[in-house]
Amino acid sequence: MGTEVVVEGLTKSFGKQNVWQDVSLTLPAGEVSVMLGPSGTGKTVFLKSIIGLLKPERGRVLIDGVDMVNSPERDIYETRKLFGLMFQDGALFGSMSLFDNIAFPLREHTRKKESEIRRIVMERMEMVGLVGAEGKLPGEISGGMRKRAGLARALVLDPQIILCDEPDSGLDPVRTAYLSQLLIDLNAQIDATMLIVTHNLDIAATVPDNMGMLFRRNLVTFGPREVLLTSDEPVVAQFLSGRREGPIGMSEEKDAATLAREQRTPAPYAPRTLAPQLEPSPGLPSRAAVPRRRERVLALLPGLPEPARAAILRSYAPAGPPAGTVGGPVGGPVGGPVNGAVGGAAS
Amino acid sequence: MTADHPGPPRPAPPATPAPGSGGEPFARGAAGDHVRGPAAPPGRGNPHPYETHPYETHPHETHPARPAANRTAPGHAPPPTEPVAHSAPGAYRPPARALAPLRETGRLFALAATVARDMFRRPFQFREFVEQFWFVASVTILPAALVSIPFGAVIALQVGSLTQQLGAQSFTGGASVLAVIQQASPLIVALLIAGAGGSAICADLGSRKIREELDAMEVMGVSPVQRLVVPRVLATMLVAVLLNGMVSVVGTLGGYFFNVIMQDGTPGAYLASFSALAQLPDLWISEIKALIFGFLAGIVAAHRGLNPRGGPKGVGDAVNQSVVITFLLLFFVNMVLTALYLQLVPAKGA
Repeated sequence: MGTEVVVEGLTKSFGKQNVWQDVSLTLPAGEVSVMLGPSGTGKTVFLKSIIGLLKPERGRVLIDGVDMVNSPERDIYETRKLFGLMFQDGALFGSMSLFDNIAFPLREHTRKKESEIRRIVMERMEMVGLVGAEGKLPGEISGGMRKRAGLARALVLDPQIILCDEPDSGLDPVRTAYLSQLLIDLNAQIDATMLIVTHNLDIAATVPDNMGMLFRRNLVTFGPREVLLTSDEPVVAQFLSGRREGPIGMSEEKDAATLAREQRTPAPYAPRTLAPQLEPSPGLPSRAAVPRRRERVLALLPGLPEPARAAILRSYAPAGPPAGTVGGPVGGPVGGPVNGAVGGAAS
Repeated sequence: MTADHPGPPRPAPPATPAPGSGGEPFARGAAGDHVRGPAAPPGRGNPHPYETHPYETHPHETHPARPAANRTAPGHAPPPTEPVAHSAPGAYRPPARALAPLRETGRLFALAATVARDMFRRPFQFREFVEQFWFVASVTILPAALVSIPFGAVIALQVGSLTQQLGAQSFTGGASVLAVIQQASPLIVALLIAGAGGSAICADLGSRKIREELDAMEVMGVSPVQRLVVPRVLATMLVAVLLNGMVSVVGTLGGYFFNVIMQDGTPGAYLASFSALAQLPDLWISEIKALIFGFLAGIVAAHRGLNPRGGPKGVGDAVNQSVVITFLLLFFVNMVLTALYLQLVPAKGA
């Protein structure tokens, strides 16, 4: 089972520029979470802070009792072995072939025989569809392949926490859909806690159990996916429908005049549909996180806003639905008109 | 510089493995692109746009209250932190700019301490060490030999003509050989290692750094200092010591050749004055110097390579800096070592 990640009061600045402040959230063990946010809101910085690559000035990131911000470096290195991080552009070692890249963590941290290593690596490469490219150097393959190789490398040690930095960027919509399915399948297989940082709406709508959004140096919200997907908060609503009207401007914030003009003629938001969450591929075990999440979400139901509560109740309505059908009966076709159109444009 | 200052701007205590493993310049280099967006451009004047933005006054707006309520999945609710957020920006003071050079120096020393410690940490990266040793040796051997011949000759000619004027021509051998062994040889070796090997090491580490390879390595729980820097520093040290022997021999032979052939010196007097003036500690100090210079060249190259400032141009700048800084340090350290040696080891026959 995955490991819970508790973030408390995290604040990060570069020099005088504050990236975000006082971010507190909990990634529940074994569940898939997505962090949304417009470009440049510090999503990647957040990811790197969780794993201890960047040191926020204040706050804590607790994983198994180790604070990734302030603990001794030795403990942090130990704890990092629980992680698999997929970098935005793969971050492969340029001097090694894909095979050696993916085998690197195994060779560093395990005493497996070379035949065993070969078996695991080829298995992972097959998983991400890279069979046949194992002898190539990272410089010889496309960005999408590098990305998938980065994912394979992150998975090779069966991590308990998987962090994905924009898994969709550089991938076509079809591959993005496959990747979404792959992430859910992974979660079903190894029950790892996952955090995906993205601004792809298809991934956001269909993959996560929980969603959060960063905007203007703050965590706007974090909670069960229904909360964000049904939210009428302008920032969230604008982002999820991918429109120009709203508080998000080209350079993150709009100036007051534009905003005032928009507010005089408010364009109605198209109703958003709540797409059902992806299920593991047939033949795989059901996700162990689903019943846990169900219990957790039902417990915090009274504190949630009305639309979210309704959506959650609807999704859990048929008593004891088979695991994984969260949000099943709600919403229209998968990736409804709004999500489909916007997702294509955003990626 | 001890571990009892746990505050955020840590003075790089020896406990942290490397300045490269998460210090500020690291952060600036790696994440600079992500930073530009989030914060308002300087001069906006409003440090809390979130609280006072006109948008917040929208009638249907429940914005200010929401974030606090939904920030965490309840059940794991942390203590209410909203008030802290308001007083936050004033509380953290970015480090003073005037102290930047001191900070860099501290990081350099911290890296040196970490490397020295990690040299004894298993598993030793033997393969990487051999590769780097071979690389550094292959780029420095030929230039070192080619430089040392004329250098030995110049010293022989210069000292020869001076001793001729003084009427002490028979001591040319001793003087020129001592100059070559004690001063010229370690310096030539160090300059070549810094210029040829160090710059390559710096460029290699720097480009790995900006491609996030080092971050990836750290994320996988592998210390880049132990995995990459230690073998490189050991390689420069060993190459420096071995090369120093070669340069000493070649330089001495060159001096001998020029003194005997060009200046009509007597071979016997050259050798006799050498054994009359030179002693074994002269060779020791030469090798010790080479060892220290090799360490310096490796550490400075690694330090600059681990902390390039933003993008590919930063790597170029870092290579440039690493060579210049190494040269400056070399001559300073050489002065200190020479002064110490002359004070501590009595000259032969004195």
